[in-house]
Parts: sequence; structure tokens; C-alpha cells
Amino acid sequence: MFGYLTGFDRDLFEQFDQMRREMDALFNSLSAPLGIRSSAAGSFPAINIGASPKQVDVYVFAAGLDPASLDVSLQQNLLSIAGERKVEVPEGTQVYRRERFNGSFRRVITLPEDVDPDQVSANYRDGVLHITVQRKEEHQPRKIEVK
Amino acid sequence: MSENKAMKAAESTQMQARPEQEMILRPPVDIYEDASGITLKADLPGVSKDRLSVQVEGNNLTIEAQAVIEMPEGMEALYADVTATRFRRSFTLSNELETDKIQAEMKDGVLSLHLPKRAELQPRKIQVQ
Repeated sequence: MFGYLTGFDRDLFEQFDQMRREMDALFNSLSAPLGIRSSAAGSFPAINIGASPKQVDVYVFAAGLDPASLDVSLQQNLLSIAGERKVEVPEGTQVYRRERFNGSFRRVITLPEDVDPDQVSANYRDGVLHITVQRKEEHQPRKIEVK
Repeated sequence: MSENKAMKAAESTQMQARPEQEMILRPPVDIYEDASGITLKADLPGVSKDRLSVQVEGNNLTIEAQAVIEMPEGMEALYADVTATRFRRSFTLSNELETDKIQAEMKDGVLSLHLPKRAELQPRKIQVQ
């Protein structure tokens, strides 16, 4: 009862948020490629994956990271992203809200099987880590000329 | 915006059935106070300095931002945790804060705001003789 009274703002909105995420997971077939190694919805950092015929783009939404502390590796088509974010609050302050993620994280993503592990690039800008992996040429659609 | 378009292209048949509605993200924040004022930090990944607005109207502080993400042509979404690119969040301020002296800094997608307290309201240490 007291939990309901005191935690009203946070809990109610979190419940809505949770509900929305569950609905999304239910209706959203887009969550398939993460497979058995995927993290729970809402884990830090959020990730988007896009595919075009030539490349696969992975966007990791992780603000306030030191790019040097990031560990990104690709083993065949298994991309793993690990790092740590330290959110420091100065001593002697009164803290009202701590919602930002603090600690270490790891996410492993299964990319399409035709990616080329030798052609990867990554850059970090405005708090988004953008990883581009080229796809192997033999898998790219070819136009066949009709004579 | 362009991200939304990519999403729509990937699942256009499903999207048509749903009403058109713009999603707005609520950024996570840390808020803490010391003798000089209140510090607010917000995670806004993908937002550059020029796509951010911090506004004070009366006692209301509103943070609005737009994330921009580069995408190659013909991209289809395989997976998406983030399905919106707009951020918005508001806070009610109290009178002892000097709203015309708010300092804002943006670095690596993290917004830091410092809201100073009026000098006359800052706690002073009284020396006992």
C-alpha cells in the first residue's frame, strides 16, 4: 500500500513502459535476429540493426562513453559489444534521481551469415556507436541481363 | 525521422493498420544538488549541439532534442530497440534557482545542465567568534 502511494509516479509509468515493450515484442517480428544470445528488452545500450544489399549497419545508443573503453569484436557473424559506463555523482551532494545506466555491459548480436568479418568499421559520434560490416560479394544480388 | 521511414518501409503493411502517431522518447536523467545549485544530466544519444533546445518558461524547464542517424540508402530495419528519434522531458523548477544563469553543455550525447541557486539563498557558514 505504501509502495503504491510513494512510488506512484515511477511505478505507474514503468508499468506502462513495460506493457508497451511487451506489446512491441509480441507484435514485432523484428526482434528475431538477436536469437538466443539477446538481452532483455530495455537493456543498456539500445541497439538498432539495419541491412542493405551491400552492408549491415549496427547502431549502439550509448551516450557518454569513452570510445577507448569499448570492446567491439566480430567472430564470423557474431558481433559482441562490451564496455563500461561510469556515471559519477560528486560526493556531498543530495541525489534526487539516478536513472542513467551505470556499470559494465555486454551485448552479443547475430548478424546475417553473409557478412565479411574482415571488413568492419566503427565510429563513435554524439553518443552513438555506428558499426558497419560489409557483406560478401557473392551474396549480393546480381542483375541478369536478358538477351 | 529517416529512421522512422526505414522502419515503415520494412513493415509497411503492418504500419498502415495503425494510426499515425509520433513517438517521443523520455530521456533518463540524473539529478543532484549541492550548495551552489542543481545539476541535471540527460542521455540523448544521437543528438548534436545544434539539434537541442533547453527552454525555461516561468517555472517550467523543457528539454527537447532530435537525434540524427546516418543511414545508407535502401536500408531495411532488421531489429530496432529505438523506434523514435525525438526526445522530450519537462521539469518544474523552484524559485530559488536563477533561471537566467543556467549553464548547458553537450558532450558525446550527454546533456549537462547546471541550475545555480540565487547567491543570497546559498547556505553560508557562520563563524563563531
